[in-house]
Amino acid sequence: MSASAEHTQSEAQVQAAASPRRRAMTPYLRTVGAIVWKDLRAEIRSRELINSMILFTLMTVLVFSLALELDADARQNIVAGVLWVTIVFAGILGLGRSLASEKDRGSLDALLLAPIARSALFFGKMIGNLLFVLVIAFVLLLLLTVLFNVTLFKPYLVLMVLLGSIGFTTVGTLLSSMTVHARARETLLPILLLPVVLPILISAVRASTGILDEMPSEDWMPWVQLLAIADVIFLVASYALFDFVVEE
Amino acid sequence: MSYSVQRTNVLRAITYGALALFVAAMIMNLFYVGPERTQGEVQRVFYIHLGSFLGAFLAFGATVVAGIAYLRTRNTKWDTLGVAGVEIGLGFSTITILTGMAWARPIWNTWWTWDPRLTSIAIMWLAYAAYMMLRAGIEDPERRRRFAAVYGIIAFASLLYTVIIIRLRPDTIHPVVAGPTQADPEGSFEVSGRIRDTLFFNLFTFAVITVVLVWHRVRLQNLLDRTERRKMEVLAEL
Repeated sequence: MSASAEHTQSEAQVQAAASPRRRAMTPYLRTVGAIVWKDLRAEIRSRELINSMILFTLMTVLVFSLALELDADARQNIVAGVLWVTIVFAGILGLGRSLASEKDRGSLDALLLAPIARSALFFGKMIGNLLFVLVIAFVLLLLLTVLFNVTLFKPYLVLMVLLGSIGFTTVGTLLSSMTVHARARETLLPILLLPVVLPILISAVRASTGILDEMPSEDWMPWVQLLAIADVIFLVASYALFDFVVEE
Repeated sequence: MSYSVQRTNVLRAITYGALALFVAAMIMNLFYVGPERTQGEVQRVFYIHLGSFLGAFLAFGATVVAGIAYLRTRNTKWDTLGVAGVEIGLGFSTITILTGMAWARPIWNTWWTWDPRLTSIAIMWLAYAAYMMLRAGIEDPERRRRFAAVYGIIAFASLLYTVIIIRLRPDTIHPVVAGPTQADPEGSFEVSGRIRDTLFFNLFTFAVITVVLVWHRVRLQNLLDRTERRKMEVLAEL
């Protein structure tokens, strides 16, 4: 397995560095695309991450349902909290593996040696992580709709999930590229990540609860806007700081 | 590096000065101001509460400035300032939280509530405790300095944003002594006369104490680094 994954990775780099220009994509975007595609292909072949993330999601929802002994009213009120806590915890599993597996295989050095912009590496990794989190979120929306009998597939709620996941994976990718060098990286990542993503978590839960309770949009719209602003702040900050994290 | 006698003497003088100021501030807190009209004796803890918050604010502020300066200049003295700021700031914010809880129990009838101000200081404490964990977890010194600077900056940005977000909810019960007051604080009081004198004296005292403690912590770190280098040199000679 690992041989094929490594092969995939070097192939992707060659493509990113040397393949002839196709259509109107800039080399930068093609580099980002190559990294995302490499991660996806490695995952499709091994399925080590997505399976454990989905199982973890199922178990977390089970634990919440049993631990909280929910009646119908309570469910309606806390489903947004259950949704976001599960996305964050399952997401941390994925974020932790994303760069750790690169480092363990030694392919992280190859990625850093490749003649590509460091920010392209960041956005490639971030989009890969985002796709995993979105798969989890989709499974979770389905699961909570069925188990909690609350319809979660509403356009604005899906938008909230998208915005929240973007902010969460942005900071998460930056911080996991730091914790990958630490001794106890599995425990360090949540400790570093949770205080920093709180603004995203607060606005996402508030807006989701407002949308689910069918409150008028002026009650929860400010939270959606705040979340969008937080996403922009984190994207810019991570873009600026990632160079300092991976320089070596 | 070693310190000149002159600078050591300056630091020593300021340290004794800070100690004298602290004793004077405690005397003011306990004897100069009378008990507050409605809250009584428990209100005296307020001067330490606000003073230590100012100390934490200054120390964490130094960390952010040091983080940005480190990434620009790569001078290790900025990293030393950064870690000193976090440690002193954590100590002061712990004092702020504990004195606040001691006050809140009789006045609000609870030790803790998820009020916006309490939430934001709790998050601040956790973020900087995480900073210390990050430093402890990374072995390579150069990488540790870099990562600590990056995390110090991103944690501060997130913290500022969190503080703004939770303030958007106007339902705080925390009293505001300086600045505009909100509609319905629980346990606020009028600042006038002796209370104002004591308050300003305490704020000044805590600012001086913060500077002294950060200075000592920076020197301690430099000594630790020097010892480490000496140890390496001796080992290399063997």
